[in-house]
This record gives sequence, structure tokens and C-alpha cells, in this order.
Amino acid sequence: MAANSTKTMIIKNGYLFDPLNAIDGEVKDIFIREGKVVSSLSGPEAKDATVIDARGKTVMPGGVDAHSHVAGTKVNAGRLMRPEDHYKSVRKKTDITHSGSGYTVPSVYKQGYDYAAMGYTTVFEAAMPPLEARHTHEEMRATPILDMGAYMVFGNNWFVMRYLKDGDIEKAAAYVAWMMRTHKAYGIKCVNPAGVENWGWAKNVKGLDEPNIHFEVTSREIIRGLAEVNELLGLPMSLHLHANNLGHPGNWETARDSLMITSSLEPNSKTELEWAQTRESAKRKQTVYLAHAQFNSYGGSSWRDFCSGAPDLAKYINQTENVVIDSGSVPFGPATTMTGDGPAQHDLYMLTGQKWSNCDIEMECGSGVLSLMYLKSSPVHATMWAIGLEVLLLIDDPWKTIMTTDHPNGGLFSQYPQVIAWLMSKRARDDTAKECHKWAYDKSSLGGVDREMSLYDIAILTRANSARTIGMAHRKGHLGVGADGDVTIYDIDPGDLNVNDPSYIVSRFSRPDLTIKDGQIVARKGEIVYVPEGRRYYCQPHMDEDVEKEMMRDVRDWFKYYTVGFANYPVPDKYLKNPVPIPVNMPMEAVVRR
Amino acid sequence: MAEIKLVPRGKIGITVEAEVIRPDLIAGKTKEQIEELLVWQGPKELPLSQFFEVDIQGNGGSPEETKIIIDGDVSRVKRIGQGMNSGMIEILGPAGMYTGAEMTGGKILVRGDAGSWSGMELKGGLLQISGNAGDHVGSAYRGSWRGMTGGQIIIQGDARSQLGGGLAGGSITVEGNVENFCAIRQAGGLLIIKGNAVRGLGAEMSGGTVVILGEVKNFSPGFVHQGIEINPKIGEIELEGRFARFMGDYAAGKNPKGMLYSRMAQEVGE
Repeated sequence: MAANSTKTMIIKNGYLFDPLNAIDGEVKDIFIREGKVVSSLSGPEAKDATVIDARGKTVMPGGVDAHSHVAGTKVNAGRLMRPEDHYKSVRKKTDITHSGSGYTVPSVYKQGYDYAAMGYTTVFEAAMPPLEARHTHEEMRATPILDMGAYMVFGNNWFVMRYLKDGDIEKAAAYVAWMMRTHKAYGIKCVNPAGVENWGWAKNVKGLDEPNIHFEVTSREIIRGLAEVNELLGLPMSLHLHANNLGHPGNWETARDSLMITSSLEPNSKTELEWAQTRESAKRKQTVYLAHAQFNSYGGSSWRDFCSGAPDLAKYINQTENVVIDSGSVPFGPATTMTGDGPAQHDLYMLTGQKWSNCDIEMECGSGVLSLMYLKSSPVHATMWAIGLEVLLLIDDPWKTIMTTDHPNGGLFSQYPQVIAWLMSKRARDDTAKECHKWAYDKSSLGGVDREMSLYDIAILTRANSARTIGMAHRKGHLGVGADGDVTIYDIDPGDLNVNDPSYIVSRFSRPDLTIKDGQIVARKGEIVYVPEGRRYYCQPHMDEDVEKEMMRDVRDWFKYYTVGFANYPVPDKYLKNPVPIPVNMPMEAVVRR
Repeated sequence: MAEIKLVPRGKIGITVEAEVIRPDLIAGKTKEQIEELLVWQGPKELPLSQFFEVDIQGNGGSPEETKIIIDGDVSRVKRIGQGMNSGMIEILGPAGMYTGAEMTGGKILVRGDAGSWSGMELKGGLLQISGNAGDHVGSAYRGSWRGMTGGQIIIQGDARSQLGGGLAGGSITVEGNVENFCAIRQAGGLLIIKGNAVRGLGAEMSGGTVVILGEVKNFSPGFVHQGIEINPKIGEIELEGRFARFMGDYAAGKNPKGMLYSRMAQEVGE
């Protein structure tokens, strides 16, 4: 069912926004051969190519979502506990697409189609518990079109905590390496380190230096230890942190102090990859990537004196070079919160009384799910809306920020265009603030922020920097020679773009003219026209074999505590379609031999 | 004024989903146009004429002046009048599930029994059922906690379980008995039960009013007795007799505002 089997294409005359190649709206043709960007096509190749005239339109690399909850057990729990989320949001089957349903938590098919229709071609699942890796891979395998990968949750893992308590970084690294290979994981996620383990005893941790129950290891030690493991192995992405105290007033200080922990480390990516050409460095600069900063940028000391802590957090991030954040913005409306942070979900339940679920995942982590409606009339929600934009607008360097809604926690990925409209227009923000509870501007600095992002900035926040931060810029997030032929063409003429018309921005970003993946058109004006199978990226980190042997003895010793047999623990290869393993930290001999 | 008569052509096997049968949608259409309206039966979309003979008396007219008469048993036809905002439907026989669900205005008269989920999330208008009603009538959709927000449902027979689940506005009256968990999660509005209830009446209620004239087999434990009222007045409605007034449901919240009036049995000699 190939749209054009050659995967060869010329996109002519468009205004190109490709920040990793420092191209800011220049009219430039793009050539794609066999799905990859090339500098030119030969005569006969050009004759066979699909030619797209993008005159007067905005051309960007395909969108890259660095943090979204789209696959796995908690996502499915969200679907199961919310039938009311499904019956009014249905997608009809077509000759080439499946039916689907779900508004805040769509079914896997609908999710894939909706992302592609919005111009995104790459989406990374933000939290995969090891025991639920099979389920996560099953859902990713069933998700059409998108290239995907998943970050594995390590922040409350018994083995990690035990090794870090012993100060044995090498063994911790060997364990993480083995786990990533075993479960086909892409990066290290750390959720409320030390706190989720305490939640097994109905407790949490308050500060970074509170030793947790039994393991007596602190959040600080876990963050530092996992970041060291990350750089020792040389993973493509840095440590991805869901900080402690999430959702609590006054937590911006916890966030800042957590980000300081890794400031003395050097980013060290040791991958054997072919890198597509870029003008700017495509390698990550950060040693910590903070997830959904909005939920961790709260000031005040209670919900009574709650206010934004974003200006303070942004001030720190503006002074440092080793941090990237994603926003977790709140665009209002229905949402389903889902995290590995069980105690945070319980707090949210106590606050809202909404239906919820909570889960303990044996020796590894936990999770929780809750249904929620963000209202403009709610003082706290209105302030959260402001904070979710402040964290992007107050950090001066766009290369330190990524736009997300922490889908479906702060809002939905389908609401990204609405967030873009607010980032691009002060007027759009002012208009919304007028409809909100007065806390929106009274309790934040957003009303005084004049910054309006350009299309170039938006391209950084939605593809270039998300790809670079997670270590995918060797092929994603830009259109340099050698990059994947993933392109989004928006019906926006940058010359006469009126940023003060939010409905125009929302409609144009919601329904791009074309979404192109690997040189083939997959969506046209929101309609799916071709359904390729995406790739699944994961890392295969190598570690010293002797250390690994010792580590495996510990694993086998404690495996008696698991409810699954050791042989059933790994994710078999057949769970992945189009797997793309990324070798990491290969010994010199292996590299030379190749 | 147009009167559209739909006569079922016989027994229906797999249930038919006929949300196209609504006066505001049919108003002004010709017989042929009505016959061509599409309904779902299982995976197939079929014309309405496959299931109904269509006859029109009078012509044109606004939706308000349009009346649909369904002459026969449509217990295997779902979603009649779903979402309608004006006009009238009279069903001379039993009606299927979701009859009048989500309607915002107009009137539906069912001269027989009505299926489960009838009047689901009603927003306005009147749904009158002269027979018995199934489960979840006038209730919130599965998973939702916000049910009917306006309008009126009158059931002249009995209703089964979860009547008025998540009721937030409007009123429901049942002449007969109800079963389990009626008015569950009620947050507003008024539910009057003239017969008996089994158990779970008003469970997790946070607001609104429930009145029961008959007996409750197992009274919800989270309700607190507040006193006795004689001929209490609830809004416009005046009740007759001695009522015990309760507030709840304290099992679900710290400060619930749900009111439950239960008529007291008459004492000997009174």
C-alpha cells in the first residue's frame, strides 16, 4: 500500500525552519532519496520523485515528542477506568486505518493517527516499568506510523538503591545496562526517587536528603548515582528526572536543588551511530532533563498562598548549561493524570475526590491514575496554566526547553497547537487570562512577559531540541543530509502570519497540509493516507563482563521476590516491529573489529 | 404541522440504532427523504424504510410543530429521539435502550415500557414512560459522574437500578418501585419515588433531593437523621404526610448536602 514506493521526493519553494542547521525561514528545497535527506537528486531520480510545491508554506522537520504517556499498563488503566472518555470521541474506520476511540487517552491506533495528522512522526513513551515492558512494547507495536522508544523507570528500583547505598556505581551501571538490553529500553527515567519506595509504607520523602525506609538511600544519592551511571554508560539521552515533591506548593526549590546535583558531570554520549549533517551540534549538552517542569515550579507553602515558582526556577536554569526541561503545560479541559509517582496521585485524589487507581510494581516502582478536569475558573488550575507557559517563556535559551503537556497529565498532545498559540502571542495569553480566575496573572509573572516566540523558536521546542535532548538528533529533528525524511508542511505563510489570531494558529498547527515520514506522505490535511510501521529504538549498553557476572548473581539471588520467573522476565525480540538497537559503550575491540 | 407515522415492518433481529428518528431532524423532509435516512444494524448502515413504513400527514412546519408517531413495538430500536431539541415523539408500544438520551428539549411519550439508559444525561425536555423502565434511566454514562442536568422524566410504572445516577439537575418521578443504587452520586435536582426501593438509595450523594414515599429495604448507612417535617415543601412541590429528613452521604464526603426525605409509616390510630 505504498503511496510512492521510491520514497524519493522533492519539496520545493517552502520556507524552511530547521534550527539544528540554523535555517530560519529561508526558501530552500529539500531532497529525499530512499527515505533519507540528500543534497540533490540525479536527473533520472528527480524524474521519478514525488514533487511537492510548498510555495508560501512553512516547512519543518517532523515533530518529535520527547515526553508523552502513550503505551503501557498505566495508559491502559486510564483507558479502562474512563469509558466516558471514549464514547464521544470516536474515529471511524477507513480502507487503510482502524477505528479507535478516546479523547484524553486514545486507543493506540487513534493515538498514532492523531499524532501523525498533527505533524509528529516520533514519540517517546515517558515511563516504562520493567515488569510492564512487555505490555508497553505490545502497545508500541500496535501504534501505527510513529517511530517510538520508551524510558525505563529506575529511581526506586531495589537493585539500583542497593548498589547506590553501597556506592557501587559500576555494579549499578552493569545492572542498568543489562535491564535496558533485557527490556529494550531507550533511556533512564527517575520518578520521585526514594519516595515511591516509601509509598509502599504509605509514606513519601520530603527533601532530597531524607533516607528512605529499609534501603536508607536519599533522593540526592539516587539522582547523582543514576546520572553517573548514565554518563558512565554514555547513553544517548541524559537522566530524565521526575523530581520529588511533585504537585506540592513550594516545590520549585526541590526542583532547583535536584537540577544542581548533576551540574558537575559532563555529558558523555558513547554511541556508535552515523550522524546526519547539522550546522549546530546535534549532541546533547545536558546532564539532566527535567520532566514536566510546570508540576515542579510551585511557590508558596500551601494551596492558600500557592503561587508560581517558575521565575525562580527559570533564574537558576538561565545560569546553567547542563539542564533541559519540558514544560508539561496545562491547556485546560479534561485530562487523565498518570505517573509512576504513586504518592503524588494519592495527594491529588485527596485534593479532588476524583476516581483514581494506584499500583505497586513489586521491586521496581509504582504508579497511579486519576481523571481530572482543568477549569479556567479554578484559581489553582489558572495558575498552573500560567506556570506551564512561564517555564517556556522565562528560560531565555529555547535550547533548554521542550514544549509538552505531559500528555495526558497537564493536557493532551492534541492541544499542542493551542499551547503554540499562547507562546507566539501575548495577546492570546491576555485574552485567555481574562477568561481565567484572577490568580492566573496575580499569582504568576506571566502578565508581565512580553516575549512572543517565532516559528523558529517553535521548531526548536517541538522538534530540534526534543530530538537533541533525547539523543535522536543523529537522524531526527532536522533536515540535514543523512537525516530521516520526516517533514511537516504547515499552511502558514511566515510573511503574513498574524500571531494575534489564535484560532488561525491552532487550526494550521492542528492540521498541517502534509505530514511526510521517510519520504512518504502519511497525512494530508488531517487525513491519514498511508500507514507505514514505525521503528522502535532502544539502547544496548555494554558493560564489563566480570562486573556484569557479579551483578547477575545478585539479581538471581533476589529474583525469588519477584512474582515472575526469571525466564519470563525479558522482552523477546518478537515484541518489537522494526527494532533499531543503538549500541552504547562498546569496548574498543568491538569498535575496531567492525 | 406535520405528523409522521412510522410503523414497524415486523420483528427486528439485531438491534437497530436509530438516532435519526428525531423531530428536529425530520422536520420539513419528504416521505422519500425520511425513508432514505440511514440507521445502523450491527455493522451495516441501512435505510429507515427497511424497518419502518413511513406515512406523512400534513406538511412542512418547524421542528416544534413536528410530531412523530411510532405505531408498534420498537423495543429493539435504540436511540429514538437521542439528542432532540424540539418537537414530539409518541411511541405506541415499548421502546428500546437510550430512548431520549441527551435530549435538550421537546417531548417523548412512551406508551409502554422503555429500555435501559433512556433519558441518559438528559439536559431538557420531557420524557414520559407509561410502563416500566429499565436500568440507568436518566443516569450518567458509564464512568461519568455527571448525569442529567435538566428536563423531566416521569415513569408511571417501576424503574430498575441506578435510576438518576449522577443527577445534577432537573427532576425524575417514579410512580412505582425502584431497585438498587438509585440517585447514586446525585449532586443536584430532584428524584421522587412513590413506591419502594431496595438498597443503596442516595449512595455517595453530595447534593440535590431524594424523596421516597414507600419503604427502603436496606437504608444507606451514611445518612444522618435531621428531624421530622410535616408536609415539607421542596421548591414548588409540596409533599403530603410526615417525613423523616436525612442528610448524606457521609460515607463519601465530609460535608455532603444531599437531602433524603422518607415518608414515615402512619401510626395506629392516626
